[in-house]
Amino acid sequence: MNQFLRSLTPSQQVAALFLLVFGILVVVSITAFLLSFRQDRGAHGDAWHEELRNFRQLLATSWVMVVVFWLAWAIGDVMATVLFALIAFFALREFISLSPTRRGDHRSLVLAFFVVLPVQFWLVGTRHFDLFSVFIPVYVFLAIPLVSAVSGDTQRFLERNAKLQWGIMVCVFGMSHVPALMLLQFPGRNYEGKQAFLVFFLVMVVQTCMLVQHLVTRKLRKPPSLPEVSQSFNWYPWALGMAVGSIAGGVLSFITPFKPGQALGMAFVACVAGSMGHLVMKALKRDRGVTAWGHRGLSVTGANGLLDRVDALCFAAPIFFHSVRWYFGVDAGVRP
Amino acid sequence: MGLFLLGLIRVLTGAQARWYGCPPKAEQRIYFANHQSHADLVMIWAALPQELRSITRPIAARDYWTKTPLRQWITTAVFNAVYVDRERKEGEDPLQPLVDALASGDSIIIFPEGTRGHGEEPQPFKSGLYTLAQKFPHAVLVPAWIDNIQRVMPKGEVVPVPILCSVTFGAPVRVEAGEERRAFLDRARLAVLALRDV
Repeated sequence: MNQFLRSLTPSQQVAALFLLVFGILVVVSITAFLLSFRQDRGAHGDAWHEELRNFRQLLATSWVMVVVFWLAWAIGDVMATVLFALIAFFALREFISLSPTRRGDHRSLVLAFFVVLPVQFWLVGTRHFDLFSVFIPVYVFLAIPLVSAVSGDTQRFLERNAKLQWGIMVCVFGMSHVPALMLLQFPGRNYEGKQAFLVFFLVMVVQTCMLVQHLVTRKLRKPPSLPEVSQSFNWYPWALGMAVGSIAGGVLSFITPFKPGQALGMAFVACVAGSMGHLVMKALKRDRGVTAWGHRGLSVTGANGLLDRVDALCFAAPIFFHSVRWYFGVDAGVRP
Repeated sequence: MGLFLLGLIRVLTGAQARWYGCPPKAEQRIYFANHQSHADLVMIWAALPQELRSITRPIAARDYWTKTPLRQWITTAVFNAVYVDRERKEGEDPLQPLVDALASGDSIIIFPEGTRGHGEEPQPFKSGLYTLAQKFPHAVLVPAWIDNIQRVMPKGEVVPVPILCSVTFGAPVRVEAGEERRAFLDRARLAVLALRDV
């Protein structure tokens, strides 16, 4: 089996991976679909059906994410970059909608959406790696408040610009590191054409960590450790999620250029960044007075909660990316 | 072109319709909404379902929407708008185009504040809504609150920014027997305002 997998070309290996994931999803979906036919509420009760409905929603989200990643891989680097640019666009749209802006911010917003976002992803697509990692923290950091200042509105100046810069950092800068992973080069490690695995690895370990944390929290019902921030967050399920996510990373080391120990470490870094990022976003949502970016009952903006799903990734991707670059000294330069 | 415009609006604002108090239904209606931006009529047009869009005509300020050929073309060919003059001319009833549209059986979208507001709350309503309601007692009066649109394109800006907006439709109001003009208009205004916090 292992021999057979190793004999495949890189793109065949990636295709096999997607086939496996799609297969698992199909089996789970069919099972859930058949289970929903069960009518004997006496044995299971309404709570069980409610649980099943929640689970099927989660399943639908997973389907969408897998299809998105499959498309990203299948249509090539350029289109994948465009795809992630679109996700960043919609995430930033949600972020800005729930952060009050003033009229004086209009030009800055135009700059953020129609200049900064395309330029950042263009820099990724054209592999200007040195510029792409400093473009937003250095150049945009000055440009946004400058445009605000020129518009002449100084009321709550720092607060408004901090919000905007923060939104760009999370939604655009963070998200742009996901397609950047696909362009990393690992000379001498026989990893050409397999960079899609790295994205899969990152998403997989972060999602595993979040999912385990979520499930353990619901099972144990421990008192929240940080009640001001989140009604559910507790350090014990978090530590469990961390451990399972890292081990999953170690197990998945065969699809990465890392050795098992290194993969474990990298997965740990990604899990810490992702879950802590999610916690930070929770604090932010509390501040804005919403429980979720797209909670239908509460928000009048009609946000559909995209940011809730990608925020962990937005924080994990840049830290993962730079850890990999720094530790392995890999060059993200021109492809040979 | 209509589809392209609709796609563009969806990408920029989401243009989500929230029906609280009445379902989308093909009866003759007068939608009345708060007015914060010229884009208001575009928003409410995009938020209506396809079937209602073809029988609903928004009103458009003649001076603004006929200024360039593009604007004029959009309002006539895509929105099928009713033009009204914001400046009152001698010997002309500014409501006449609306009366014509209603008489031919279409639904209309009006902004009873008359002009775009600056503040948080809508300005007092003008009397046109009352007059139309008296003339067409069978038309259902549906209040609507357009949220966030002033952030997409404030007065004097050209480029819109992507911010999620929604249109909330509320329970219909009607002129009670013997109700005074001012009392009714204030009640209608409060009905619109109440939708802000739904």
